[in-house]
Amino acid sequence: MPTPSDRKYTESHEWIKMDGAVATLGVTQFAVDQLTDITYVQMKAAGTKVAKGAVVGEVESVKATSDIYSPVAGEIAEVNAALADNPGLINTDPYGAGWLIRIKGADLSSASGLMDAAAYEKAQGH
Amino acid sequence: MPLLRTPLYQFHVDAGGQMVDFAGWEMPILYKGRGVHDEHVQVRASGGLFDVSHMGRVEVRGRHARRFLERLCTRKIHDMQAGQCRYSLVCNESGGVRDDIIVYRMEEDVFLLVVNAANREKLLGHFDAVKADMSLTITDRTLDTAMVALQGPKVIDLVGRFSKEIPSLKRYRFAVKNLLIAKLTVSRTGYTGEDGVEVILPAGFVTAAMKLLMKDFDPQNPNSTVKPAGLGARDTLRLEAGMPLYGHELGEETSALSCGVDFAISMDKDQGEQGEAFVGMAALKKTAAEGGPGRRLVGMKIEGKRTARQGMRVLSGEKPVGVVTSACLSPTLGYPIAMGLVDAGLTAPGTGLRIDTGRDSVLEASVVPLPFYKAAK
Repeated sequence: MPTPSDRKYTESHEWIKMDGAVATLGVTQFAVDQLTDITYVQMKAAGTKVAKGAVVGEVESVKATSDIYSPVAGEIAEVNAALADNPGLINTDPYGAGWLIRIKGADLSSASGLMDAAAYEKAQGH
Repeated sequence: MPLLRTPLYQFHVDAGGQMVDFAGWEMPILYKGRGVHDEHVQVRASGGLFDVSHMGRVEVRGRHARRFLERLCTRKIHDMQAGQCRYSLVCNESGGVRDDIIVYRMEEDVFLLVVNAANREKLLGHFDAVKADMSLTITDRTLDTAMVALQGPKVIDLVGRFSKEIPSLKRYRFAVKNLLIAKLTVSRTGYTGEDGVEVILPAGFVTAAMKLLMKDFDPQNPNSTVKPAGLGARDTLRLEAGMPLYGHELGEETSALSCGVDFAISMDKDQGEQGEAFVGMAALKKTAAEGGPGRRLVGMKIEGKRTARQGMRVLSGEKPVGVVTSACLSPTLGYPIAMGLVDAGLTAPGTGLRIDTGRDSVLEASVVPLPFYKAAK
């Protein structure tokens, strides 16, 4: 799957997409390939204040449990409720229906170490 | 050291295998576009093909072969007939588990042992020590043979198209069949909880055999009875079937009497005319006389959807009482399951236990009988 160019990427394989002051956070195809079948998702609840670089939840797969980090500060506005019954959405559509949380009051300019799609792909050796 | 490749390496790559280092072998953990869950379900519903060529195959031949195996194995050998295989443990002097193996009796004085890949080198050294001055030869046949497991409810019918004899074999029996120029050892055995066969064949014959069978194994064809399945599915299948795995439930430091495989430990092996004590027997007799091992293997059903992991602590209330040895979200049952070694007084079904994830959360669990899953007859 091509890496979408409408968003930014972290070294820990999250993606973040800005829509005004609301950021949507998810994990990349590379992360999904490493995790394989995802079995469970536990994100912090809406209303939780997050600091830049903070753990905002965890994703479990048949292989491992991984922390999810937010590259921006803000407040969790929404958690993807569809993942509770169908965590496999992350496997089938990591850049779309498999999003994890939305963060309001996020300021992407305050984030550091974010990559664009080309730089992220290069970092994965593509 | 470079990784070893089985004769099916190219088959895996062509089928989309995600190759990983497993005990020094380059093996498919899963197949891209399918994954552990799909491969697991395929085996339970129809059939799966597993490459198990990485497992060690060691031939023991000679006048003292049987006596050697009596000393080596926790299970009786003398009452095995040619054409029979038997699951056994190999213990150390303290009664811990060196490995679990399958013994094939090929002829009166010829046996084939199938051992775990990670333990092959260690066992070959142990075999030499047990052999001492007995009259027999030990030959590692791992690299000049291959081994595949065909597992699932539709496998026996498929195999029946090639041989009338194989479907009539009882569990843990095998037949040696000639196919073209090759000799195939076909046993009604497996490690998934499903019916099926395991086939040992010459390494050089694998490519021809796979071509012959490819139309039945085509992973691209949705109607294939049998599709390749990787080590990931092999692990979740054996876990549902309550089968222990070396490095998880079994280990050098864990008493053989802890592992839920008492059926494979014959404590009266030293009795009778053909009697012979096995390595570790004295230690196990002492453990039994002292009231049994401190910990025993249990199955656990976990509340919620979170998966436990090997090494997580098992608690009773707040008190540590054991450790998780294997766990997964059971694809067949839909809830998380685990096996663990816990204090011997906490093994009754229904006993409430807790699992500390080490991530600031605790999972509620209860003891359930093993196996978690049993195939319909």
